[in-house]
Amino acid sequence: MYAYNFLILAAAMFAIGVFGVIARRNAVTVLMSIELILNSVNINLVAFALMNDTYDGHVFALFVIAIAAAEVGVGLAMVLMIYRNRRSIALDELSELRG
Amino acid sequence: MSVFAAEAVADPGWFLENAWLIPVIPAVAFFGIIFFGKRLPRGGSELGIVSMLASLVIAAGMTLQWISHVDATHGTPVIKQWTWWQSGGLHFQLGQHIDGLAVMALILVAFISTLVQIYSTEYVRGDRRYTHFFAALTLFSAGMLTMVLAPNMVQLILGWEIMGLCSFMLIGHWWEEQANSRAALKAFFTVRVGDMGLLVGTAMLFGIFGTFDIAGINELTAAGDFESKQILMWAAIALFIACIGKSGQFPLHTWLPDAMAGPTPVSSLLHSSTMVVAGVFLVARIYPVFHVGLEINLAGQEFNLIAVIGGITVLVAAALAFVQDDIKKVLAYSTVSQLGYMMMGLGVGAWTAAVFHIFTHAFFKCCLFLCAGSISHTAAHHSFDMKKDMGGIWRKMPVTFATWMISTAALMGIPFFSGFFSKDEIIDSAKHNDYTIFYFVGIIGAFMTAAYMTRATWLTFFGTPRGGAAHFMGVESHDDHGHAAHDAHGDDAHGHDDHGHDDHGDVKHGRPLPFAPSDSPWQLTAPLIILAALAIGSGYLNAPAVGTHWFHHQTESSIGLHEAAGHGEEAAHDEAADHGEETAAHGEEAAHGPEPAEIYTVPPAPEFKWSAAAPGLGLVALGIGLSAFLSKAVFEDRRAPFAGLTRRNKLLGAGHRFLVNKLYLDALYENVIVKAIAHPISKAAYWVNQNIIDGVVNGAGRTGKDVGTWVYRNIDQKLVDGAVNASGTVASETGHALQPVQSGKVNQYGALLFGAAAVGAIVLIITNV
Amino acid sequence: MNDVLTDNQWLLTVGTFLPLLGVLVMFFIPGTEEKLHKQLLIITAGATAVVHAITLVLFDYGQSDKLQFFVDEEWISVIRSGYTIGLDGISLPLYALSAFVTFLVAIYTYDNMPDAGNPKAFGILMLILQVGMAGSFVAQDLVLFFVFFEIVLLPMYFMIGVWGGEQRQYASLKFFLYTMFGSALMLVAILALFFNTDAESFGFSHLYAAGALIPENTQIWIFAGFFIGFAVKVPMFPFHTWLPDAHTQAPTQGSVILAAVLLKLGTYGFVRIAIPMLPQGAKAWAPVIAVLAVIGIIYGALGCLAQTDFKRLIAFSSVAHMGFVMLGIATLTPMGINAAMFGMVAHGWITGMLFFIAGSIKHRYHTLEIKRLRGLLIQMPKLGWVFGFAAMASLGLPGLAGFWGEFPALVAAWNPAFGLDETLFRVVLVIAALGTVFAAAYLLWLYQRTAMGEPNPEFVSGDSAHGGHGHAPALSAAANEHDDHEHADIHDVTPIEWVAWAPFLAAIVLFGVYPQLLFRVLDPAVTTLVQHVGAGIP
Repeated sequence: MYAYNFLILAAAMFAIGVFGVIARRNAVTVLMSIELILNSVNINLVAFALMNDTYDGHVFALFVIAIAAAEVGVGLAMVLMIYRNRRSIALDELSELRG
Repeated sequence: MSVFAAEAVADPGWFLENAWLIPVIPAVAFFGIIFFGKRLPRGGSELGIVSMLASLVIAAGMTLQWISHVDATHGTPVIKQWTWWQSGGLHFQLGQHIDGLAVMALILVAFISTLVQIYSTEYVRGDRRYTHFFAALTLFSAGMLTMVLAPNMVQLILGWEIMGLCSFMLIGHWWEEQANSRAALKAFFTVRVGDMGLLVGTAMLFGIFGTFDIAGINELTAAGDFESKQILMWAAIALFIACIGKSGQFPLHTWLPDAMAGPTPVSSLLHSSTMVVAGVFLVARIYPVFHVGLEINLAGQEFNLIAVIGGITVLVAAALAFVQDDIKKVLAYSTVSQLGYMMMGLGVGAWTAAVFHIFTHAFFKCCLFLCAGSISHTAAHHSFDMKKDMGGIWRKMPVTFATWMISTAALMGIPFFSGFFSKDEIIDSAKHNDYTIFYFVGIIGAFMTAAYMTRATWLTFFGTPRGGAAHFMGVESHDDHGHAAHDAHGDDAHGHDDHGHDDHGDVKHGRPLPFAPSDSPWQLTAPLIILAALAIGSGYLNAPAVGTHWFHHQTESSIGLHEAAGHGEEAAHDEAADHGEETAAHGEEAAHGPEPAEIYTVPPAPEFKWSAAAPGLGLVALGIGLSAFLSKAVFEDRRAPFAGLTRRNKLLGAGHRFLVNKLYLDALYENVIVKAIAHPISKAAYWVNQNIIDGVVNGAGRTGKDVGTWVYRNIDQKLVDGAVNASGTVASETGHALQPVQSGKVNQYGALLFGAAAVGAIVLIITNV
Repeated sequence: MNDVLTDNQWLLTVGTFLPLLGVLVMFFIPGTEEKLHKQLLIITAGATAVVHAITLVLFDYGQSDKLQFFVDEEWISVIRSGYTIGLDGISLPLYALSAFVTFLVAIYTYDNMPDAGNPKAFGILMLILQVGMAGSFVAQDLVLFFVFFEIVLLPMYFMIGVWGGEQRQYASLKFFLYTMFGSALMLVAILALFFNTDAESFGFSHLYAAGALIPENTQIWIFAGFFIGFAVKVPMFPFHTWLPDAHTQAPTQGSVILAAVLLKLGTYGFVRIAIPMLPQGAKAWAPVIAVLAVIGIIYGALGCLAQTDFKRLIAFSSVAHMGFVMLGIATLTPMGINAAMFGMVAHGWITGMLFFIAGSIKHRYHTLEIKRLRGLLIQMPKLGWVFGFAAMASLGLPGLAGFWGEFPALVAAWNPAFGLDETLFRVVLVIAALGTVFAAAYLLWLYQRTAMGEPNPEFVSGDSAHGGHGHAPALSAAANEHDDHEHADIHDVTPIEWVAWAPFLAAIVLFGVYPQLLFRVLDPAVTTLVQHVGAGIP
């Protein structure tokens, strides 16, 4: 039924999020993109739950939201530390782990 | 190995049985002199003389016992042997083989050695190596004595070579001068060349007969008990080559005149009477081998190797004696010539005559040499140059002069002196045995002998005194040689015995005989007198002219062959018949074996006739007369047209030069052959060794090294190690290649992550749809 | 092949390995104790010589054709090799010779240590060498023999390479590689022999019996391998070129041992191993050996004539002498092989003596150039006489030992055995006789040039005798030891040298005058050996 529309929306959000993660320089932007991805996943979960007439998806999505929040908190804290040390949060310049 | 059977013979006697002591005593004395000689009061000469006297006594006793033994047993040899070495289960012996020939040689060598040793006590007195001289002289005697009583060829070779060693040591006694050491080397070396034949010949004899035993070899040869006459001939030739070398036959005679560089006693002992006759002795000892092998006395034979060589030697040496100024060299060439006579005698089948000539020649030739030494010692200031330092001394040296004349007469073959009886019989036999050419050689040789000896006698004893002799005689010398002559000695390449120039003034140390006050000391003259007496008397032991055949009787058993009908006993006929039957049995086998009835015999000695001897004697007289006349004319009176003839006449001059240069043989031997071998040939061989053979080795080494280097560089380093390195490179390059993946950029990591996830998802979908 | 006698089994093992005891002791003593080491060397070599002398006494001369003091123990059973040793008439003379030569060389070393010093190492090497030599002569098992055969190479390599002359590196390496090359081929032959006889045993007695059964062609090939291995050692033409360099560069002690004993390993190998085990191969190869032998005789002599160095000349003379030995062996007759064995022993004394003399000359004059050496008889009369004596012995004068190595070989060549080509051997005989003339030539020429005549002014200083430390001021001002050393200290034979040399000289005369002493030991064993060879040739 109309669940397909939600799936398309989620896919689009996912794609935008992936693009953001890969192609953006700004660390905060990357984090935001990760949020987008996570939210797209949430939408998918809810859509599939509705298609199956159950509420498992909703529960799963609540977990994801919580964890996303935690992750963003840690991530932003790290970004702040990086900014303090490097005066820059361009991911291009952070290649200490280069092999 | 057969031993000539001595059947039930009455006890031969102590001296005969122990004759082996004769060489042993001097051999022991040799060691004594070497180790203790210097400490003895007379420098070791006591040991030498005592040992020689001991040998002489035993030899004398042995001779007496042999004389009675011969009558009792027809001359059976007395043989005693002990094992010396063994091989292949066969035992080879060392010992004695005493028969007539050995007895003669033993007593001869012992006697002359004793006389020469006594002579030497005065002659080499004060010499720097007095002891060594006597040691070598004693060892020589031991060697020769060992050889003459040898029962087998190996012992003979032992004695032969020991003599060669002593000859080397004695000729080179004053080796400080190079000329002397070169002469010694030349002697040893030339004889050694001949000795090749001795070794090969002995090996061949062993191969033919299976034994080294002389008695056995003689017996088997005489019986015709051998396979191939051809091989026997080659063995005889090989052995004869050794004789050519040792006995100074042409063409290996060149060492003998040079051997005069040694002290005079050495020349008188070794190089005239004893050592040089060793070759003749060898031929006489195993005469059947030569007689059968070279077919001597075979009906119709005109030449054989031995006679030809002997004959040539007689003439060539006599010719060379004419142009010598050194008295010892005249005597040396005379010795060579007389050795030629002996060989010629053996070559024409005159065994007894030749052996007898050994006997007589030893005495008069030794005497002549000792005379030369006496003259040099007393009159000529140690010089031997007849033209420069002798002349006109006969009055003041009566003993020396008389003994010289007697010995010269014997040498020339003047009747009733010993040489006549022995030499004439050789010449006579040549004619009698149908070797006419050698008869002529013999009498021409006699002519030449008479002539050159007259020349030498004239120059030495007559005419005007010159040089040293002038000083001795107390007159002024014509050409002022005086001291110059003396100084010339040092440079003279003949290497005169040089006692040092200090005894220029006083010449004699010892006492002369009372009836010859100005002659040499008694140690020098007494031997001369004894020898001269023998030069007269020894001939009568076998003088057909006066009907004695005593010597022949004593030695005929040593010939090894029976005499043909004539002088031989009737028993010879019967035995000949027996032999005929035996050889008939042998004859069936080998096609080249001897004929069944062939019996080997020597012809009997000819009857002596004065008419037969007359031509020879006539020539001798002619020679003396002519030579005396010419000598006086040329040397004394300088009378034209004789004096200076060779200088004016080109042909004669060339001939003279040819003789003076010793037929250019020395030039051939030394400058061509020896130098070629010593230098270009050996250097070429060595070059081959270093550059070709070793070149291969070094090349192999270098190639090995190069190959190794190449392999190392190219295969090991590049290929094998390359593979190893390559694997490492691959690993690291792969890493390098993958490095960009780890850029440290989060974005990239994220991209990869999502990419991988996307790929995985697609794969999942596809595989599940 | 023979019955064996098994008394006193300890004798050979002790006689072979006793030097190792000395090595052990020397090992623990510091190298600076030079005199002690020299004494230990002499003591050990002497003890070994005593054991060998006891062996000579206990040997049963009546049964010299049998292996005596026989031992046959398990050793490496996986490859069928046993510790089998024994001594018969053929081995005994060489076995004893090795010990006595080493002993005398040890005595000589007391005063004449080569320049590089270090008696400890030198002595140890000499003793190991002795073990190898003795072992080779008693071994009755091919593997055991090969081990001992190779053991001698290393000490000699070091002796030449460290204590040798100027070109010692080249000479020692050449010696080592050349010999090893030969040995490598010999090893192939050994294995081939083993496998062709059903791989049962390496023991000599087994191989003597079984080797003869190998087909002829195979025998010829196997013999070729042995031939190369031994021919290099002998040395035979054309494999001889290592010898002059090795001898010239080696120190005196090395030269003496090399000449006296090591060369005999090759010829002994022919007599003991190659010929009896491969009779048909031996017969096929005999003409080749004879021809090469006679070429060696003449060629060695010609080489001698071209030499300008004393020691090198004697080295070439060794080639010539060993040519006679090989000629005797090639005839395959008892007389020939007896001559060869006698010649081996005689050559040991004679050429050993000549090398001693060369060493002494070098020690005094610091040169061996023949051109510069003259008048030895005047400056050192006793040495000159000894040299003359040795020269006469070397040229084969009858009455001295060398004659008995040459003359019977020539006699044997007239009638070689087993149908060998008579004509070839007789031609070889005549040419070999020519070799005796050449021997006289080079030796007497050498003697004339070096011993006779007047001394070289170069070596005659005013106070050239002992105590020349205070030289005239005209000489170099620097009065250090090196300078004194350079100005020749010409003294005659020293007591130590006499002690070392007298046995050689006495032996040369003794065995020359009464050769039966040696022949009675050799003959039964040789005759048995030849009979065995004959049995193997159809």
